[in-house]
Formats: sequence, structure tokens, C-alpha cells
Amino acid sequence: MSEELAEKLWGVLEQVTGFIYPNETELHWSILIVVYPYLTGLVAGAFILASLEKVFDIPEVRPTYRLSLLTALAFLLIAPLPLLLHLGRPERAYEIFLTPQLRSAMAMFGFVYAWYLMAVLLLEIWFEYRRDLIVWARQERAPMRWIHRLLALYSADVSPEAVAFDKKAIHVITIIGIPSAFLLHGYVGFIFGSVKANPWWSSVLMPIVFLMSAIVSGIALVLFLYMVLTPLRGETIDMRCLDKVAGYLFYAVIVDFSLEALDFIQRLYESEESIKILATLITGKLFISLFVIQVLLGMVIPLGIMVATRLLGVNEELRKLLYFTSAILIQVGIFSTRWNVVIGGQLFSKSFRGLTTYKMDIAGIEGLLTALGLLILPFIVLIVLLKILPPWGKAESEAEAVTSR
Amino acid sequence: MERRTLLKGAILFIPAGGVLRSVARAAPAEPADKPGDTSNDKPGDKYDPASHYYGMGIEIEKCIGCGLCIQACKEENDVPREPFFCRTWVERYTIKKDDTVVVESIEQNRNPRKGEARSTHTVNEAEIQRTFFVPKLCNQCENPPCVQVCPVAATYTTPDGVILVDTERCIGCRYCIQACPYGARYLHPRTRVADKCTFCYHRIVQGLLPACVEICPTQARVFGDLRSKASQLVRFRRMKQIAVLKPHLNTQPKVYYAGLDGEVR
Repeated sequence: MSEELAEKLWGVLEQVTGFIYPNETELHWSILIVVYPYLTGLVAGAFILASLEKVFDIPEVRPTYRLSLLTALAFLLIAPLPLLLHLGRPERAYEIFLTPQLRSAMAMFGFVYAWYLMAVLLLEIWFEYRRDLIVWARQERAPMRWIHRLLALYSADVSPEAVAFDKKAIHVITIIGIPSAFLLHGYVGFIFGSVKANPWWSSVLMPIVFLMSAIVSGIALVLFLYMVLTPLRGETIDMRCLDKVAGYLFYAVIVDFSLEALDFIQRLYESEESIKILATLITGKLFISLFVIQVLLGMVIPLGIMVATRLLGVNEELRKLLYFTSAILIQVGIFSTRWNVVIGGQLFSKSFRGLTTYKMDIAGIEGLLTALGLLILPFIVLIVLLKILPPWGKAESEAEAVTSR
Repeated sequence: MERRTLLKGAILFIPAGGVLRSVARAAPAEPADKPGDTSNDKPGDKYDPASHYYGMGIEIEKCIGCGLCIQACKEENDVPREPFFCRTWVERYTIKKDDTVVVESIEQNRNPRKGEARSTHTVNEAEIQRTFFVPKLCNQCENPPCVQVCPVAATYTTPDGVILVDTERCIGCRYCIQACPYGARYLHPRTRVADKCTFCYHRIVQGLLPACVEICPTQARVFGDLRSKASQLVRFRRMKQIAVLKPHLNTQPKVYYAGLDGEVR
């Protein structure tokens, strides 16, 4: 075994308080496993925001519709990477797709992921963009012309009937998509919630809490992107849209907060065998990341801000600033939520007699730099997607020109 | 004693001894020597896993905390030397007079690299009420959470009741490590796949004992076949008051403890 690992583990042992099982000295699910549910949460949340416009017919959020879809796609494409990099034997990862063990929650990953990517997101984006792709391809020169033609899968029909069919298809896909998005992230919650050996994870509320926090983070991300991208393109932010999205964010945070509070109170009230060690954990090693970052910065302050904007009727400029601040705080809070679940759940011994510590690597495949890279990568993918599939609806007017030709 | 009575006794005793000896020779298993017996297999047949079901008994009172089992296990099974990778380990419980409990892993007390004792005598002798050792290993559960969660079926239960890991198949996702309530699994730093106690499967299928059982100087560990009435383990289960670890999790362990203290988890 590597000297480095041994040295690190002896170092960890110095910081162990109480008793842990010897095999618990090495903390197994690292920061990459924090990144994974964070990314998939953003996917599910962004998609659900996109669905609001289509299924519930809320016209105000229309400016964010395509942006939400592309955001969801960009993050979904990167989401499996942290999992892959974390595997002890990444070269065998294909086994999970080819020969899954059907009783394993984790084995469902392949199915859920493929279903969501292929049957929901890609299909919806294709139908949404099909007409625009054709129109663009007719107006452009190579190589964008080829790319758009290829992406349209060489379909060329922009007749009103075909477009009407696209719309109908999108509607159906969205209706299938909402439960699928729930499935995608609820399933990630189930991976943790179903581990009976770990009282910090084992909770029937886990999938629902994951889902609600996913919706919160996804909406906050799209809000953030919309506020950054619109001025960058020299356009004005649609305040009706912004207020509406912020409104949804507000309600989602309230539901998320209530669920987490319920989970917390339930644990405290039941006061099971593990309560002592969990109490030591949250008042000690998790205090900053749980109470300060997750609850105070990530929930209470954004909620306060949003209540204030409603009650005080602040002007547009200040409102923008406040929404923007809230969106960033919420992102930090949700990342902290994932951290507290994944890392927090491994900091106490299953003997309930002691706490260990997580020494994060800086470099190295499971280190901080990799994690940062994986958090930046979706934005790079998104920039590429925005170049290829501009969501700004420009093709509308040009399309008219082409179809009338 | 009258000469007649003596002779009468001798007449009865000598053949009786012969009978006993022949019975002993014909007995299918000699539990003390061969608990990993192959008695249920027909002579000349290959080892038949379906006719065995293995478990282990541990008698807390007999364990002296010498740690030979840990060493033997590491030697036999290519387990890394460092005490963060254990197929088996021994916990020392010290119940103090004020009813507080100190638990240590006997192996982690010393860092051989620095040559220093970490905490060989953590508790002042005057404060000690009682102490005992608890050997731990994979519980080879009948309802194993690790097998349930493995996404690629790399970890599985053999027909003879042992949980094994297919090292050629494991992807190293470590879900099984998270799912094990007993901390019995680790990621092997060299092979990068999950590793755990196999009851020395390569030995028991040949009728040998697991290394930890074989080396234990006080016979604190009892290995045997739950399907064979003659096995020492079956007798152990019959004669002792036994308990398993974390029964409320319904993992149904096949490692049975005699004299298990309520403090042990």
C-alpha cells in the first residue's frame, strides 16, 4: 500500500475522538460524492422549472424555459463524472450498465440516467429546437450549417402541422418528464435513505428532502444564469419573469426548510440509540456547515430577504441585487446540505462511540481541485450549448421570413 | 475392595473401552480438530457447498486480547499491515467504576512507524471496574445489506453461507462498505476493490479451520458447520447463552457471541 495513504490515516487516527471501527479510519465517500448529488439536484431542479411553463402554462417564466433545459442538459452530462472518478476500478464501470444487480439501489443508476437523458431531456430539447435548427441551417454557412442540420437529424419540415406536432410532443414529454425528474433525484436520496446501518442517512424523508432541495438549487441556478446572461447580451431583465421565478424559489425554500426541520425534530423527539453521537456531531464538527452555512446562510437569510422584498416593496434595482444575493447564498447552502449528508454521515462511527475526521486532498483524483473542476465543467458545457442552441428565441422572426419565402 | 468386584469391573471396563474407541474412530467429525469438516460430503465426492452452512462462535470470556488472530489473518489473506484495514480486529472494553466506558482497538494502540505507544494504558487501574475483549469480524449475515446494495453483484452469498467478494468484478464503489453496520469491510489499497473476512474460504472448503480460529491459544473462537449436529459450533449454540451484534437491524448474523456485554455494538 502507498506510504502516503498510511501516513494520512495515521494522521486521521490522531484526530479521532472516542472509538471508531478500524476500517472506518478511511473515509470512503469523498467530496466527489458530495458533488454528484449537487449536480443531479441542479438538473432535476432546472428541469422542473422548465416544466412549469409547459405543463402549468405560466407565461411569465417563458424567458427561462430554454435556458433551464440547456442548463439541465449541461449538468446532466457531467453528473456521472464524479461517480466514475470516485470508483476504485473506473475501468469496470460499464458493468453497472451491462449486468446490474437488480436489488441494488445503485444499480438503477444506469436505467434512471439513461431514461432521463434519452427519453426526456434530449427528446424535449430536440422537439423544442427542431424548427429553429432547420431555419438556422438554411440561413447559415458551414460549419454551423452542418452542425444544425445534423442536430435536426436532417428533418426539414417546418409546416404548421409539423410545428404543432412538436408542441404536442413537448407537452407529452414534459408530463412524463416531471415524474422522471422526481425519480432522478428521489433515487439519489434513496441511495442514502435506504442505508439502515447509518442513522444519519436512514430516513424515509431522505428522497423527498433531496428532491425539494434539488428544486431549490435548480431554480436558484437558473435565476442566477438568467441574471448574468441577459445583461451580458445587452438585453434588459424581464422583471415579471424574475419576480415569478423568485416567488417559486421562495415557496420551494419554505417547503425544503419545513421538511428538513421535520426530519430534525423527528430525530430529536424519537431520541434513538444514535442521538448522542449525532448531537455531538452537529454541535461539533458539523456546526459551521450545518447551522451556519446550510441553515442560516442558505435558508434563513434568503427567506428573510425574500420576505422583505415582498413586504417592503423595494425598487427594481435593489430587488435584482437581493434576488441575486439570495440565489448565490442558496447555492452555497445547498452544496453545504449535500456535504452535511454525505460527509456528515461518515464522520461518526457506526459503533456510535466516536467521531473521525475528513482530511480532504487538494490535488489527486478525489481532491478539491477535481471537485472544483467538476463544478466548473458544466458551465463550460453550457457555454458550448448556448453557442450551438441559442435559447434567446431569435429564430422566431427569421423563421417567419424563411417560411414565408 | 473385594477381588471379585474388581474382576467384574475389569471385565466390563475393557470391552467398554474398546467400544468407545471404535465409536470415536467412526464419529464423522472430531469437533476439536476439524470443525470445518467435510463429513456431510459422501466419501470420495468433491466438496459440496450446499451441504454445509458455516458460522462462528466467540466466547468473550476466553479472549485474552493477544491479537494473534489479527496477525494470522493478515498473513493468510494478504491484508495490509496497517491497522486501518482489518478482516478481523479485537476491541478492548474498559468499564470504569463511574460506569463510563472506554473502547479501543488493541491494534491501533501502537504506531509502529513512530515506535510510540498511542494509549496502552488509557485508564488508571484504580478506576477500572472490569475489562474484556471482543473479537470482531464479518458477521456473514443471513440477510446481508452489503450483498443487497452491490450494484454489480460482485459480493454474494455462497451456498455454504459465506459472503465473498469477486475481486475481478467489484468496481470499488464502496456502497457495501457504507451498508455494513459492523464496519467489517474496507477498500483494499492495492487491488482497489472491497475486501472482507471470508472465513478463510480457501481453507474451510478443504476441511481446515480459518486462520484466526486455528491460531487462537484460548479457543475463544469456535468455527463450525451449522448443518452438522456433531459440529462444535452447534454444541456451542446449545450450551451457551448467545447473542448477536445489532440484532435490531435484522441482518441475522452467523457470528454468535457468548457472554456479550450490553455495551458492545
